[in-house]
Amino acid sequence: MSVRYTEFHPRWYRPPMSVFWWAHRRSYLIFVLRELSSIFTAWSVVFLLLLVHAVSQGGKQYRQFLDLSSNPWMLALNVITIAFLVFHAITWFNLAPQAMVVRLRGNRVPRSWVSYAHYAAWALLSALVAWLILR
Amino acid sequence: MPDRIILQVSRYRPERELEPTTQEYEIPLREEWAVLDGLNHVKDKLDGTLSYRWSCRMGICGSCGMTVNGEPRLTCATFLTDYSPGPIRIEPLQNFPVIRDLVVEIGDFMRKLPQVKPWLVRGEDAAAPQGELLQTPSELDDYKQYSMCINCMLCYSACPIVGLEEDFLGPAAIALAQRYNLDSRDEGAHERMNVLSTAAGVWGCTFVGECTEACPKGVDPAGAIQRYKLTAAAESLRSFLLPWRSA
Amino acid sequence: MAKRRAEPLVWLLFSSGGLVAALLLPVLMVLFGVVLPAGWVSAPTEAHLLSLARNPLTRIVLLGLCVLALFHWAHRFRYTLYDGLRLKHLSKLIIVGCYGGALVGSGLAVYLLLVAL
Repeated sequence: MSVRYTEFHPRWYRPPMSVFWWAHRRSYLIFVLRELSSIFTAWSVVFLLLLVHAVSQGGKQYRQFLDLSSNPWMLALNVITIAFLVFHAITWFNLAPQAMVVRLRGNRVPRSWVSYAHYAAWALLSALVAWLILR
Repeated sequence: MPDRIILQVSRYRPERELEPTTQEYEIPLREEWAVLDGLNHVKDKLDGTLSYRWSCRMGICGSCGMTVNGEPRLTCATFLTDYSPGPIRIEPLQNFPVIRDLVVEIGDFMRKLPQVKPWLVRGEDAAAPQGELLQTPSELDDYKQYSMCINCMLCYSACPIVGLEEDFLGPAAIALAQRYNLDSRDEGAHERMNVLSTAAGVWGCTFVGECTEACPKGVDPAGAIQRYKLTAAAESLRSFLLPWRSA
Repeated sequence: MAKRRAEPLVWLLFSSGGLVAALLLPVLMVLFGVVLPAGWVSAPTEAHLLSLARNPLTRIVLLGLCVLALFHWAHRFRYTLYDGLRLKHLSKLIIVGCYGGALVGSGLAVYLLLVAL
């Protein structure tokens, strides 16, 4: 769309948007980190599938997998992964009430309750899974 | 408390420069003065050439939105003492073309807003209503929050997608569409879906959430958009699984 | 039209994937990524894990988790590339790479959990 600038329609200034727009504000940076957590979600799936494969292949494979996992680089990667997974979970549960309006007997359920329900489910499921694996 | 404060104001005079520059003004620091009062002092006493928009000076007209110290604010609702000892940086609203000094061009929004049909849509063959369309207080509560929008454009300034995607409808337009979608008297939700359930509509939004942070009236456009995503997705799923059932 | 209907459905996958990933991945990664390899708790026997994994309910839950979490990554990463690195002009390549990758991963998950286990 070409514009003819005249005396009565002077040139507008259009500030360019930098590729690094997300680095210019703290809230944008936190947002981008939240979005990047998806990479660690995908890595977790890969790691778990490798574990399933090792378990299905027999004792030696399983022990090899445990050895590989205890390598310091792998441990460091997984610690960072867990940090990002927890960050994803917390931001997800805190934002959930904004995305859903829950009604109980006609009244709107307070936002905090929706968050608490998510955290409670998180705690219960984590406990259940840990018990199933470690018993 | 010091009794003077410096305003670093962005100037842009297209007749003599290609890019904005900054001009400093030293003004009295009065406890009850908003940033707008500071700008009015500049225009009245120091530099009459400064251009900016304002009107009601009480947070209801939506005219005086500017970027204050990097954040989109209504200058009539932002106090000088909040930034003491200063200086305070005042720039035009981000994500909009600048016409002059602190005045931005909002034609883009004015063209996008009617696309979502922000008015009560009644069925084609509906008879003219006999008397008022009645609504209970609880039905009013369903959409009241979204009716508080004053079109101040702070949410557009805060949203990075507005800056990145030229076609993106934007937070206020979608929140206003929801104001009517959720209104019990409205029958136009299906028509609005063609505009809202598109890449330029809700699907372009990645829930940054800055629009809700910036809104001075508590509209929560981010919530409106996420709620609509759920509505549109449920409708898509229904039409995918049960295509024979009409909406 | 198909493209228009795909976006809401793909968002549903992203949304449910985000939820299950948030609920289940942390505890699994804490256990298998750090606690057990580091030896803070004695590792469960291979026999116990095998019988646990072979349980049909476990298989289905794990399969659902893997597929949904992969599509969650695909959708989120696609928009991170569009907006964060301004690569929208490569959108066709990105779509194939992201959702294609998720499909390949899902296929692997089906094989590893339902066939090879």
